[in-house]
This record gives sequence, C-alpha cells and structure tokens, in this order.
Amino acid sequence: MDLLDDRKRQVVTAGEVRAVVCDRPSVAGSVTQRACSFCGSRVVLYPIADALHLVHGPVGCAAYTWDIRGAQSSGPQLHRLSFNTDVREEEVIFGGEKKLARALRELVVIHKPKGAFVYATCLTGVIGDDVDAVCRMATAELGIPIIPVQSEGFKGTKKDGYSAACRALDQLIGTGPTEGIGPYSVNILGDFNIAGEIWTIKGYLERMGVEVVATLTGDGRVDTIRRAHGVKLNIVQCAGSMTSVAKLMKEKYGIPYVQVSFFGLEDCADALYQIAKHFGDPEMMRRTKEIVRTETEAVLPELARIRKDLEGKKAALYVGGAFKAFSLVKALRQIGMQVAMAGTQTGGPADYEHLKELCDADTILADDSNPLEMASWLALRDVDLFIGGVKERPVAFKLGIGFCDHNHERKIGLAGFEGCAAFAREVHATVTSPVWSLVPRRAGRGLA
Amino acid sequence: MSLPHAVPSSKRPAATNSCRVCAPLGSVLAFRGLRGCMPLIHGSQGCATYIRRYLISHFREPMDVASTSFDESATIFGGQSNLAAAIKNLVRQYQPEVIGVCTTCLAETIGEDTVGILRQITKEDPELPAIIHVSTPSFKGCQYRGFHDTVEAILTATARGGERLPHVNLLPGPVSPADLRHLHEIVAAFNLPLLMLPDYSETLDGPSLASYAPIPEGGVSLAEVAEAGRALGTLQLGTTLNPGPGACLERDHGVPLVKANLPIGVRATDAFLASLAAFGPGLAWESPAAEPAIPAWLTAERGRLVDAYVDGHKYVSGKRVAVVGDPDLAVAVAGFCAEIGLVPVLVASGALTHRMASALAVLGLEAGTFEVMEDADYDSIAKRLMELKPDLVLGPSKSYPTTRALGIPLVRIGFPVHDRIGAGRILHLGYRGTQRLFDEVANALLGHQQDSSEMGYAYQ
Repeated sequence: MDLLDDRKRQVVTAGEVRAVVCDRPSVAGSVTQRACSFCGSRVVLYPIADALHLVHGPVGCAAYTWDIRGAQSSGPQLHRLSFNTDVREEEVIFGGEKKLARALRELVVIHKPKGAFVYATCLTGVIGDDVDAVCRMATAELGIPIIPVQSEGFKGTKKDGYSAACRALDQLIGTGPTEGIGPYSVNILGDFNIAGEIWTIKGYLERMGVEVVATLTGDGRVDTIRRAHGVKLNIVQCAGSMTSVAKLMKEKYGIPYVQVSFFGLEDCADALYQIAKHFGDPEMMRRTKEIVRTETEAVLPELARIRKDLEGKKAALYVGGAFKAFSLVKALRQIGMQVAMAGTQTGGPADYEHLKELCDADTILADDSNPLEMASWLALRDVDLFIGGVKERPVAFKLGIGFCDHNHERKIGLAGFEGCAAFAREVHATVTSPVWSLVPRRAGRGLA
Repeated sequence: MSLPHAVPSSKRPAATNSCRVCAPLGSVLAFRGLRGCMPLIHGSQGCATYIRRYLISHFREPMDVASTSFDESATIFGGQSNLAAAIKNLVRQYQPEVIGVCTTCLAETIGEDTVGILRQITKEDPELPAIIHVSTPSFKGCQYRGFHDTVEAILTATARGGERLPHVNLLPGPVSPADLRHLHEIVAAFNLPLLMLPDYSETLDGPSLASYAPIPEGGVSLAEVAEAGRALGTLQLGTTLNPGPGACLERDHGVPLVKANLPIGVRATDAFLASLAAFGPGLAWESPAAEPAIPAWLTAERGRLVDAYVDGHKYVSGKRVAVVGDPDLAVAVAGFCAEIGLVPVLVASGALTHRMASALAVLGLEAGTFEVMEDADYDSIAKRLMELKPDLVLGPSKSYPTTRALGIPLVRIGFPVHDRIGAGRILHLGYRGTQRLFDEVANALLGHQQDSSEMGYAYQ
C-alpha cells in the first residue's frame, strides 16, 4: 500500500521497534473512519434513557444520530427519539438561543424528562450561541438539570467528544443522595447496553454479591447517575470513553477504579476476578470462581466445535477503541484465528504498545486508517474475516470477505461468557459461508 | 374545503425525529453518479463520516467520501490549507477524474470563499482534475435540494452549447440504481441516445470485486455532460421542482425542458413514454397526429400490469394509505395509489417545496380528500397517522416505529431503507416497477389480513 506521506508513521507491523504515531488529527482528504467530537459526545450520553437529548444545530447532526445504535433500556425509551432545534437561516443570522430556550420549554413539558443534555454543534458554535447560559436559565425555570455538552464538531476528534461528555456527566454525578448504598457497590462505566449486554454483566455481578448502583451510560437513568458517587468501586469497560469520569471520581470522591473488558472468555473472567479481588471477601471470590467455572464450561464445547472449522484462518479488525481491540485479538485466538491486521480510531501510545505485545510480529497495526489502506491489507493478507462497524462492512463485502459487526449497531450481545459463544457463532456463520466460493477474489479455490 | 395542515417543523422550536437529512448528503449522492468523481465535503469530518454511514446503510456499497477535516484553527482562520491538502491527498490516493466539492454549515457560516480558494488552488496546479463546487449549507435545505443543486452545478460548470445532437438529457432525480438501470433500458428501446445525470446505476449497486475500486466504475462522464447543452431536449422527472436543474440548459443553451412525473402507475408511465416518443425522429415530434410508437415489450409489460391490477383490485380497493418520501416520489406514488383504488389520506415529506398539493391536483387527486404535509418531521407524521389510522404506509424505513405501533404494514420505498437489504434494487419506475410495487402493496394487505385471521387459511 502506497501510504500518504502524512500517514506513514501511523502504520507499523507489531514486530517493529518503531511506535505507532497516534493521537493526532486526521489528515485532510484521507477519508478517515473517524467522526467528530459531536459524535463522541452523542454516543456516550445517548443511552441515558430518561433524559432529553436535544441537538442544538442543523438537521443533519440530529437525523444521522436518531436511534442508530442498539442501546437498550429496561424502562423509558426517550433516548431513542431525536430532538433537534433544526437551526435554519434565520437563526444563523439572528442567533439560535431563543429557539433553544423555546424548544426546551416545549419538549420538557411534553416529555417530562428527568434531565436534559443540550449538544452544541459546529453551527451553533460559530454563530456564538451561549448554550451554557440558556441551560442555566432553563434549569432554574424548568426544575430539572439541563446540561450543556460542548460538542462542537470542529473541536477535535471523537475522543475530545468523549471528554465533553464526561464533563457533562461530572455535572450530574454527586448531586443525588447516597443513603443505602452498600459496601460492595460499583458503577459500570463505559458499557452502553448494546443488545442488552449490561444486563448480562449485571447478572454476574449480582451473583457475586456486588451491588450495581449506576450504569454509565447503558440503561442509564439520571437519578442513579446523580448518586453514582456513593459507590466503593468504578468498573470501566470502554476505557477510551469513560476513564476520564473514573479519574474525576477518584479525585473528587476517592473512588478507585479498575479497567476491564467483558469481551472474550479470558478478559471476562479476569474482569470478575479483579472486582472480587478488590473487595477482598473470600466468600465473594469463591462465588466468582464458581461463576467463571460454570459459565466457561457452558460455552467451551461449542467454542471447541467452532474452532475446528476456524483453525488457522485469518482475521483483521478495525474498531473505535483499543480495549476492544485487545479483547478481540484474544477472543479470536480462542477460536483458532490469527490477527493479520488491527487498527483503531482512537488508540493512544500505550494502547498500541500493548497491542504490539499481544499480536504476532507480522500483524499490521494502524491508527486512524481509511478504506483504501484497509482494503489493500485485507487483500494482501488474504484474510477470511474483518471485524468493524457499518462503515467498514462494505470494504470487506465488496472484496468477498466475511464480516462481523462489533460496533454499536449490532443486535447480538457479544459481552460476557455467553457473548463469547455468540461471537464465535457470528464469526463461524460468516467465515464458513458457501457464498465465498462464488466471489471473484476467491474464484477457483473451492469451498472454505 | 381542505383539511388543516400540521404545523411545519420550521415554525416549531424543535423537530422530533426528522424526516429529512442535510443537503451535503444529496450532493454526495449526485456526485456519485459522475464518472470518476470523488466527493469532498468542506467542513468538519463528522459530516462526511455520518453521511457515509447513512448512505452505506442504505446502499450497502463502499462510500468513500473525503473531508477537509476542519479543526478549531480552520474554523477561526479559514479552511484554505485544509482544502488544498485534502485535494492533494485525495488526488494521490484516488486519482479522480472529477472532484465534487460541497460545503457544510460550518464552512458556509464562517464565510469561507470556497469558490475563490478553489480558483487559487486550480491556478497553482493546472494539472488537477476538474473541480465542481456546490454550496450546500444544510440550514438552507435538505438532501433533496442538495441533490438538485448539485445536478445544476454540474450542468452549469460543464455543459457547452453548439450544434444539436440527437440525444436526450434525462434528469431522473434521486431514484434508486435499479430505477436508473430501467430508465436506460426504456430510453434505449426508443432508439434515443441518452445522457442521464446523475447516473449511479452502476456506482451504487456494483458487482463483487477481486480488488477494491477506489472510485466505483460507472457513471456519466464530464465529456458526456458537456454535450448536455446540445441535446434535443431535457426530460426532468419530478413536478415539484421549480424550475429544477434542467432550466439552466434551456436558459443558457436553448435546450427545451420537459417536466414529467416520475413514471409510477400506468398513466404516469404512459405519459413518460409519450414524452420520450415525442423526442423520437419522425414520430409525434413532426406529425402530432401519429400515434407514438411504443416498443412492443413495454406494451406487453403494460398489458400484464393492467391484468394484475384487475386480479388484485379488490384487495386494495378502498384501503386507506399514507405515503411518505421525497416530494416527487411521494406525489408519484400517491398518484399510483389513487389509480388502483387505494385512498390516500396523507402525503408527507420532510422537504419544503410548497408545490406538492398542486402536483397532486394535476394527477387528479382531489384537494380536501387527503392531507399534505411538507417540512414534516416523523413525530408530526406519526401523530397524524395515529389519528387517521390508515391501512398501509408506503415510505422509508424510518416510518417503521409508527407502523409497528399502529399494527399496519409498511411497504418500503425511497430513501432511506436501512432495515432491509436491497434498497438500491427497489424498482419503483415504469410498468415493471409499478408491477413490483402493486404486487407488494396487494400482498402486504393480503398478508396482514391473513396474519390477523384466527383461521390461518392458506388460500386466497
């Protein structure tokens, strides 16, 4: 692949001494898979189900983010509606603050949310709307917390949007009562309850004897987030998006945190052990071991069967955050597959160093890649599987390569022990399909 | 007496579940129909990413769209260097024949002189491919306008006048790749050379490939578009356009503009074919008395369609239907519904044209018997549907939450269809597209009746 000069330092093979250069803005014209900081804020906060999520800006920003992810709620479904001030020429000229205030008044009366998030966009950023002031006024007038999110798209990448979302959450946390929260209590940070995954994880924790107070933000509720500072431990799953909340809570409230992943047998077991170890209760540790043993035993036979078909096959992956990449490399190994390429949108220097240790020496590692690069690597390494999100899917499919959606649009839970089996089934279903024998790239090779 | 219209979303402080997306999306779609064209969105990179994602979910095809990736300093000092760098990088990676530059709200609001910057960039590097610019701030319109403005920008920048050539310009509007392929087939049957703009019939519904094509094959070339100013005439589909992109060819090069409805339904397709026949040498064009010669296979398809109408008429007769979509699609589909005895109760679009009601009246839909909503959001459409309780909705997949709540079938048409595969292969046009649509509508109603029956019969 003939890389753009500006991108050369962002791609290495795992065996190289050279580090992956990362944490830099995307190169103009490179067709990055990254979105903007608005996107980062929106995805992190949107699963809070009883909040009103109002996009202050033009129609596109709201329309493109209307219920496109599978964050489930056990109760209210308000987060699945798309609210937008639909800024038009008139507001561009005269300012959008009045329209925003009117929108909040109207929507809060209709939907009676427990709180509201107001997302600033590029447009309302440059026309100079004082979103903070409108939110302060509306909070006083409407009697619910109305929180501005400084998510103007041009203010950086998705990662900067995560920080803006975390600052918004920080305004809610610590404003509710903490009575009745027990000694073995946790918040789950950075799980968005895609396909109900947070319920799977909560199930394990409850069996361990751990009390889950707030989930941020999957199946989230304004009132539980307000009392999240009463817990004894924060569990951070999606490290990229939520570590800064965990750090803030450590500074402000002295709450320690652990970074875990619930994807893959190994990581899932490790996550539960870390939590049990933190609480130091031998009885809890015994229960945790029991959970890990029974849950692992339940899925191992199926994983073994699937592994027979997948042994030695090659995969590539391109995901948002690095923690998911780590888990996927291990989960793929569990079913006998090698990773030929691994990339992320938002990985940091330490993440890529860890990825280098995890991967084979010839694995291609790429930061902020683009379709042409990925397509060339998929073909070069002749992979059987690509893991990514909707934007990566056509790159794989156009070349006749299997694909597994591991982003937020998917409808199948992949977390937890049973999620490992679901993941293996997903991979198996695509990799072993008979259709590949018909695609031009594999013509004449026969069935997989 | 006409029924009250719902309050358009521009008059309310907030839109809930928007029924439109932004203008650059329409622009990207139109640019995808130009051969060797790489779209470049001038603004924040999220705009390109979201638009790509939205289009991929519909077409399920590669959708490489570049961005000038504005950051804070570009927002303050202007995006000149970003635009230059983006063009340099995408030329190196994609080797485009054309670069289609559309703008975001951000670039437009900071007062970026995109035209001036592009002129400078082209001056400094005369080797660059052609660059076509279109201004598409989304606070001034939606994808529908972005699409047509882009077609007009391509024509204005490219079409040249001169001696008449024996071809017809066809401006089909934002229809599906399958529709575009069928239009090619129909026009070819009239032995008329065709210039279709845009033409994403191949670029957005392409074959499985051995190696990734940076820019998908297909589309109409700039050299072909240059001849648009010398055509026999321009046939522009869509009657809510005022005047629409074809007008620039009439104004600048004297190419007559003929407007027609999207050919959905027997009568609309008859009219479309008559318009085509009128361009044919030695046909109605010269002797109006002569019957236009309709190719035999089209006559056969028409015959089968009318026969199917008869077979299925009782299943659809009197059923109340709502239509949601781009203005011209919604109008044409409502016309088809009326033709088969369905009763349109609501025709809604997220776009604002002020012309849907009159376009429907021309099709014979009597004002006052149904509601028209322009500039609507899905929340207001849903509220009307809950009141009107139709038996069926024809519209994009975003209508699904409402039809699910009402327990009625949804026949998916138009854009976007994000919850099924094959959106690019939905054929709406011609007798054949109408046939498919009719069968699907009748079967949706039959299926609904069957599913609701306690008996579970297996005959009809």
